[in-house]
Amino acid sequence: MTVSQIEVGAEVEDLVQRAPWPVLLMDMIRRKPLGAAGAFIVVFFILIAAFANVIAPYDPTANAFDRMHMAPGAEHWFGTDQFGRDLMSRLIYGARTALFVGFVAAFVGSTLGLVLGVASAYFGGLFDLVLQRIMDVFMAFPLIIMALAVVAILGSGIQNVIIAITIPFIPHCARVVRSSALSVREIPYIDAARACGFGHSRIILRHMVPNVMAPYLIMLTAFVGQAILLEASLSYLGLGVQEPTPAWGLMLQGGAEEYAESAPWIAIFPGLAITLAVFAFNLFGDAVRDALDPKLRSQ
Amino acid sequence: MTGRLWKTAPRLAVAAGLGVAVAFGAAGAVAETPKKGGVLKYVVPAEPPSFDGHRETTFALIHPIAPFYSVLIRVNPDNPGSPTDFVCDLCTEMPQASDDGKKYTFALRKGVTFHDGSALTAQDVVATFEKIINPPEGVASARKAFFVMVEKVSAADDHTVVFDLKYPSGAFIPALANPYNFIYAKAKLDQDIHWYEKNVMGSGPFVFKERQPGALISGERNADYYHEGKPYLDGFEAIFAKKQSLRVQAIRGGRAAIEFRGFPPKSRDDLKKALGDDITVQESDWNCVLLATPNQKVKPFDDPRVRRALSLAIDRWGGSKYLSEIAIVKTVGGVAFPGHPLAATREELEQIAGYWPDLEKSRAEAKRLLAEAGASNLKFTVNNRAVDQPYKIVGTWLIDQWKQIGLEVEQRVQPTGPFYATLRQKKDFDVSIDFNCQAVVNPLLDVSKFISGNRSGNSYGGYEDPEVDKMFDAMNRAADPAEQRKLMRAFEQRVLNDQVHSMITLWWYRIIPHRSEVKGWKISPSHYLNQDLSGVWLDG
Repeated sequence: MTVSQIEVGAEVEDLVQRAPWPVLLMDMIRRKPLGAAGAFIVVFFILIAAFANVIAPYDPTANAFDRMHMAPGAEHWFGTDQFGRDLMSRLIYGARTALFVGFVAAFVGSTLGLVLGVASAYFGGLFDLVLQRIMDVFMAFPLIIMALAVVAILGSGIQNVIIAITIPFIPHCARVVRSSALSVREIPYIDAARACGFGHSRIILRHMVPNVMAPYLIMLTAFVGQAILLEASLSYLGLGVQEPTPAWGLMLQGGAEEYAESAPWIAIFPGLAITLAVFAFNLFGDAVRDALDPKLRSQ
Repeated sequence: MTGRLWKTAPRLAVAAGLGVAVAFGAAGAVAETPKKGGVLKYVVPAEPPSFDGHRETTFALIHPIAPFYSVLIRVNPDNPGSPTDFVCDLCTEMPQASDDGKKYTFALRKGVTFHDGSALTAQDVVATFEKIINPPEGVASARKAFFVMVEKVSAADDHTVVFDLKYPSGAFIPALANPYNFIYAKAKLDQDIHWYEKNVMGSGPFVFKERQPGALISGERNADYYHEGKPYLDGFEAIFAKKQSLRVQAIRGGRAAIEFRGFPPKSRDDLKKALGDDITVQESDWNCVLLATPNQKVKPFDDPRVRRALSLAIDRWGGSKYLSEIAIVKTVGGVAFPGHPLAATREELEQIAGYWPDLEKSRAEAKRLLAEAGASNLKFTVNNRAVDQPYKIVGTWLIDQWKQIGLEVEQRVQPTGPFYATLRQKKDFDVSIDFNCQAVVNPLLDVSKFISGNRSGNSYGGYEDPEVDKMFDAMNRAADPAEQRKLMRAFEQRVLNDQVHSMITLWWYRIIPHRSEVKGWKISPSHYLNQDLSGVWLDG
């Protein structure tokens, strides 16, 4: 029985290896259309962010007071703001800020959570108890409140915003990873590794971490969207990145509020960009979760 | 010199010509009978860094805290636009100067008490002005330079205070009428000189009720107030709302009746359009200017060439045209309040770096100076205050101006408390947005902002310039208006052109759209004046 399972697995793996990538892509689109849509939008934003300096028609920080509050048109597709700056260019460069903060905060937060979660499960006992109570304290605060507290201590600026967003992510990821790692810890090969005399770090990094990658990746993808939203929220509140840096949340404050009635495009386009990016990352994250979760995959 | 010295000061001749208090709603208001009762709710854009009026320079202190305190004399609340109309608050009669204009004797009201029930005497007034004029080490006094002419303050008896001056000065009475000169209780100051930084206890029209950090400060009517029949209000709530849109919406939705600082033109138009006659608008020129101050303790800002280049890059004439549409700034000026006889004319301004009519030439010179100083690719951070109007808008504009000469500038924005801590204690900034907002229009003293840091309580550039100090002293001793003007030009030339200790951006313009039920409040050229609320009442 066991042998036949291995054989079936090998056949499937062989089949997957042989399928050309367009087939795989079409298969993914057919099976997970929403996830694929999310992935396409994510890729679209990544490309925009990467090639912002090529794509953006204007300097995103250059004031042009003779063009203040221009409505969307041929010259400025998304219009201009109160400083006469081209909104489309600011949105394009804003993608860079959003994705940079999103990816860095999500990656660092999830990875630190992974290490702490696995270590907590592996060592157990007093270490686990103390660490989890500390996590409880952090998790007692909503993400945005915790981020606000951190940025209030550290001050504004892109580095501090990343730190402020990263810190609340750590306990959330650690808690999820720990629960998976607890079951991994009980599997005999961990005992075997101990019996072989391997050190703690080798057991954690070589034998436990690879087996909790699924929840880690799911958390990672989910965090990117949340980080983008948090960065936008902090910037909107004036605690995130500062003018003249193009950032979507920042574009929603100040003039966007003041001119909401007479120049609504100042608020609409950054709002749409945030919505679309967060929506796309959530769809993509859901698809990753479905793909990596054995229970959902079997369904 | 006579006792009416301040009235014969040059400012008197032009009091009517200042172009202030163009009040749409208030002008021509027929005297109405004030109604008693009600709680005035108003919005304040920032919280006070401390409660000590002697130390602070911000509206964030005056608007919520002034109603708790008395002052010795003040600008006439019924004529707050005048730079020469002063009346008694705690004193009984405006004094005549004696001893060839070098002695002023103030008789105090009897029976005045602090809110804790203790009697207010001449000793309290003396202790207050001792703290302002001669603060002990470690105690900040923002306006000590206003009182350079004062030799001694003493109490002749429990109800008589005497000021002895070193020399006759027309600047003394305006300095005394500064609304930040809250009268403190000597007992509290003796107990702890810093007591008033964290506590409130005055003798003003309202008694402190509560403070909810981040939310509001409230006060209730002082039943023992010494001005008969006042205050009219039962109380007030100063509600903190950092975002301008929130403050506008608060007024629009009736959650607040007024904001005493000022809104940009767009907000005025929106409120007027939405509420029609329910909104009254008062406007005035504003004795307030936004500056960019380089930290001369930090390289390369210790080099006058670099500072001059920064100033040369700024297109003030163009900025005035456009920024006045989106911000509460408008007028191009030098160190003195524009329109005042001591202020520079356009022709005089155009001789100063950064005011040249030829912008291209100006920026080419800026680049040349930077190259000469080895700072062509200079990167720095501009420290700014987390208040939209006009700080963040002007800060963003300045960054673009400096970008035009090849500089890469980032902005660090901080709430009011940390912003001041950076300027006063940490001093860890390259260039900071700074401001000079004064109460009574009195350029002779208002320019004390630009003298050496060891003499001025609010000069943050980290420099000492004896030449500037000498000019300041000479101006304040000069009796002849022509001589004063000549000295002011020399002072301005040194501060803005030769040494560029500070860069003036634009002077502010004050627009107050408020709910029409707010009565008894008149706009002035300063958002610090006339804020004790004792004469304010609600109609309906």
